[in-house]
Amino acid sequence: MNAPVSFDQEKARETGRERLVVIGNGMAGCRAVEELLERDPDRYSVTIFGAEPRVNYNRIMLSPVLAGEKTFEEIVINGQDWYDDNAITLVSGDPVEHVDCANKSVISASGRVEPYDRLIFATGSDPFIIPVPGKDLPGVVTFRDLDDVDRMLGAAEKGGDAVVIGGGLLGLEAAHGLSLRGMNVTVIHLMPTLMERQLDEAAGWLLKEELERRGQTILTSADTEAILEKDGHVAGVKLKDGREIPADIVVMAVGIRPNVTLAKTAGMEVERGIVVDDHMVTSDPAVLAVGECVQHRGACYGLVAPLWEMCRALADGLTDRPSGYQGSVTSTKLKVSGIDLFSAGDFSGSDGSEDIVMRDAARGVYKRVVVQDSKVIGAVLYGDTADGNWYFDLLKKGEDISDIREALIFGQAYASGGALADPNAAVAALSDDAEICGCNGVSKGKVVACIDAGAHSVDAVRSTCKASASCGSCTNLVESLLAITLGEDVESGPKTMCKCTSFTHSDVRRLILEKELKEIPQVMQELHWTTPDGCSSCRPALNYYLLCAWPGEYVDDQKSRFVNERLHANIQKDGTYSVVPRMWGGLTNPKELRAIADAAEKYQARTVKVTGGQRIDLFGIRKEDLPAIWADLNAAGMVSGHAYGKALRTVKTCVGSEWCRFGTQDSTGLGVKIERMTWGSWMPHKFKIAVSGCPRNCAEATIKDFGVVCVDSGYELHVGGNGGIKVRATDLLCKVETEEEALTTCAAFIQLYREEAHYLERTAPWIERVGLDYVKSRMFDEADAVAKFAARFRISQKYSQIDPWAQRAGGDRKDLHTHLGEVRPLQMEDAL
Amino acid sequence: MIGNWLDIGPVNQIEPGMARTLPVEGGEEIAVFHTMTGDFYALVNKCPHKQGPLSQGIVHGAVVACPLHNWNISLKTGEALGGDEGCVPTIPLKVDAGRIYLLRSAVLGEKPKPEAA
Repeated sequence: MNAPVSFDQEKARETGRERLVVIGNGMAGCRAVEELLERDPDRYSVTIFGAEPRVNYNRIMLSPVLAGEKTFEEIVINGQDWYDDNAITLVSGDPVEHVDCANKSVISASGRVEPYDRLIFATGSDPFIIPVPGKDLPGVVTFRDLDDVDRMLGAAEKGGDAVVIGGGLLGLEAAHGLSLRGMNVTVIHLMPTLMERQLDEAAGWLLKEELERRGQTILTSADTEAILEKDGHVAGVKLKDGREIPADIVVMAVGIRPNVTLAKTAGMEVERGIVVDDHMVTSDPAVLAVGECVQHRGACYGLVAPLWEMCRALADGLTDRPSGYQGSVTSTKLKVSGIDLFSAGDFSGSDGSEDIVMRDAARGVYKRVVVQDSKVIGAVLYGDTADGNWYFDLLKKGEDISDIREALIFGQAYASGGALADPNAAVAALSDDAEICGCNGVSKGKVVACIDAGAHSVDAVRSTCKASASCGSCTNLVESLLAITLGEDVESGPKTMCKCTSFTHSDVRRLILEKELKEIPQVMQELHWTTPDGCSSCRPALNYYLLCAWPGEYVDDQKSRFVNERLHANIQKDGTYSVVPRMWGGLTNPKELRAIADAAEKYQARTVKVTGGQRIDLFGIRKEDLPAIWADLNAAGMVSGHAYGKALRTVKTCVGSEWCRFGTQDSTGLGVKIERMTWGSWMPHKFKIAVSGCPRNCAEATIKDFGVVCVDSGYELHVGGNGGIKVRATDLLCKVETEEEALTTCAAFIQLYREEAHYLERTAPWIERVGLDYVKSRMFDEADAVAKFAARFRISQKYSQIDPWAQRAGGDRKDLHTHLGEVRPLQMEDAL
Repeated sequence: MIGNWLDIGPVNQIEPGMARTLPVEGGEEIAVFHTMTGDFYALVNKCPHKQGPLSQGIVHGAVVACPLHNWNISLKTGEALGGDEGCVPTIPLKVDAGRIYLLRSAVLGEKPKPEAA
């Protein structure tokens, strides 16, 4: 390839300047030269080698070129005239292939030898190619330079399907561009959250929703197994879970790694990047490095801001005015598909740190500022990034924010404006006409009038004038108005679900249905959660509420499950588990007992105990052995007893009319039928049932959540009993004549409890709270209420009567039962 | 330098919001956590309260709630939070090129060497 040479070098050498060679004609290399020229334009004679056959352009603007918003000419930083005017020799399209440090010269692909006094590596980074079959097929491209963009544009002209592997910054920009160019785009991302390095789960979820709304398909937690081929060209992508996505072009944008190959062969000290000191000098004092290819104080950077700071330090050093580079705190501010995003600093949260979260569901805004020791240490903004730079500034300067803390989340205009710094003062300053609640159109005057009329709590305000009764985003404004109007006399409302929200359990359940909220991050966003990912109280509750509200649709979130429900066994104090197979109605047979005995021996159960619920508990089973013991018990026809869950536990029975001389009905048979109908159902809390064959009540049905007492004329149905800490006998719900009615009423009562109780509220306290009359009126006021509740229960059961033991024994979620590896000190490396 | 660090495999073996375990022969089992925000931490897998397996707790923020008695333990420092007192040893961890590394000396329960990276 012929290299355009724009300056006569001999001439430069005659001037006696030091010879500076730069490897890399990208953003870092040229910026370093710019900085140098600014300080001392006459000191060096500069030669720049570039692998791409073109002048220096702004690589981060490739996305707008792909999207058709800009042309290549518009993103050129330095045109040919810049090289000419500054007497710089540009050798483009002719990459350096060898560096001879001993003789201080570089040799290019075409054989050109260029001696140097000082050498700068600005080789940037290479896209990381995931090592899967098919990675080299025609039609598989990266997103790094203009040639890649041209390849993508070529594919887009023909239209069809594009798959982008990697849901990070670069991948999403590629997806956006291809989507705008008319391709049908699928993004495959390994992690569950898009852009997980820049965004937290909440913001990542918002982004995913929005991109999907705009027509892209986003597959998270998706691991690529292979790239598929047809007729010598890429045809699709196969995922590890077996799904296949058709593709006419595949863009790999999973990440970048510093390009260190040349530096390594030249003998520089190289780790992840080329190791440099604070003056960007490598292990060879005549050689410097700058940009994405370097590793400074252990860190490599892939963003543009650190690069500018490095170039300044490098130029200072090369002109004998060393300043030193201190490393960079980075922030990301970007627009993907017109969605504003910002993140900076540490937003992982820690014990000393506090999160200030503001969510404005109506505007699609999520803001989170992380504060530690009265300083901003991180921020994530979604939808409204106007204050990003302000937070970043506070972060970099380490400013004490105690004085503006209250109003910090509202942004700079709010927080720094004198009287406005006190949110109450700001609210007090609003006019009476100012709208407080946008959802229900309630003005400040109306809210104050309603407070004056006796509504002395947020809840009272909600029920009288409806302010903050819908989306709740104005709750803090209402609280301020209460504080201003009443001073000390504000009544605290009913207990909120947990410290993460101002809503009660009932509010949350109601709003999940009203607003059709279907995922945990969505609930947190729409209901203005004040923590980024909830806590160990609200996560299991939300998981249950969503599971109950959207049967068959909601995907159970294992990480929001308490350990017992995640491992389908009961954790014991030594960290082992106990295993209880189901025995329908307390019945068993020799085959089952033999299998239980065999399992107890094989897995060394240290204790075998008969439970109060008429079944057998095996203690001391190790987490790793659970799938195997389940497989053995499954083989004998047994399924999970759910002895570990907020779920239907057992249906205890007496022998009834089949054997007992007092028995009035077939209580055992009914118990089995009830257990067959109700097993597997998730509940707000554990749920126990019993069926007694006569009023002697040997099955203790009157201290169960649902108890049946058989009498000659039919079945008495009792509810709300509890034999726990606080013993409570049941209330009689009703009496029915047939088994069928008993079953339907049981299903209906369970469904009412499932739909309306608070999470972790047993039937006893629930009935004490709402009253037996309420339960009766819900079930019997309308003629078909029982049938409707029962029908909803049966729909839900369609999706929950799948034995979790069989799934795990079949290899599902192996990661929950296996170790990462084992460390054995003597042969540690081999062991892993 | 790499010799001081023990490679325990790729980051995607642990789902965000979850933890997995690494038994150490003759030493304490280690729990490796992956938070929802994408950070990794390693602790000895024993709650300072009653030795509950922290790896099985619910992870929220950079905190794990012990499955036995719901003590909240900081993943960053190993300290019990709230009103509770106690501390579990942490294992220095780093992530490089998609793989998780633990400080070998800490895994083995030795005192870290002064020059350890």
